[in-house]
Amino acid sequence: MSQAPTNTVELEIPARAEFIALVRLVVSSLAAGRRVLADDRVDDLKLAVSEACTNAIEAHGAIAVDDRVVVRWQEADDHFEVSIHDKGEGFDPSALPDHPPVTDPERLNFERGLGIPLIRTLVDEVAFDPADPGMAVRLTLYCGRQGDD
Amino acid sequence: MELGLDVTERNGYAVLAVRGEVDVYTAPRLRERLVELVSQGKHQIVVDLEGVDFLDSTGLGVLVGGLKRLRSHDGDLTLVCTQHRILKVFEITGLTKVFSIHESVDAAVGAN
Repeated sequence: MSQAPTNTVELEIPARAEFIALVRLVVSSLAAGRRVLADDRVDDLKLAVSEACTNAIEAHGAIAVDDRVVVRWQEADDHFEVSIHDKGEGFDPSALPDHPPVTDPERLNFERGLGIPLIRTLVDEVAFDPADPGMAVRLTLYCGRQGDD
Repeated sequence: MELGLDVTERNGYAVLAVRGEVDVYTAPRLRERLVELVSQGKHQIVVDLEGVDFLDSTGLGVLVGGLKRLRSHDGDLTLVCTQHRILKVFEITGLTKVFSIHESVDAAVGAN
């Protein structure tokens, strides 16, 4: 969209799982406080951000990087954007393996890999931007626009 | 962050009532509790999610793992959940077709 963000909030957290609840609290408070998103859309954003933070923290853990994860909230007239910046090794979101169908007993062998599909469903737009180093995941929700379900 | 995990016995089922937020930080405690119950010979487990405020994909993964473990013992893991925001996570991922989800503990322990 062409509008420049009017408000930006940045939160830096240590790359540890116990801090993800804090990110959820901040993001859901910011979204709910604007009173333009329905409660279930706030819940969608909260879950999507949490999933992206989980991936970011795991990416840092995988290569023992001590840097912090940065969560940036930007707000414009017609949308919110939350970006999550990590300094992991990055990944190709198009190369993620598909799970077997839920009716296949083999499905129970897959406990992981649900985060990215969830993110894609919960927000209006998602972009995975390679950074140097790491990855920036940008999540966008348009105000008043309903999700796919 | 607290995760409440209370176990009671109902009608031959172990009912694990979960309270709080289930995410990558707290999910290992849920996994440990499920493994512990299975190792105690509890092979019919009902996980009551009515007290859960938040559930992410890590929590889903733990429940999938629990179901797999129990099925290998000819058991089952069923769920109690009526909250829209939690059910939605199961619906998006298609896991409503994998788990038996009930509206109450009574329904879960009565249904087989």
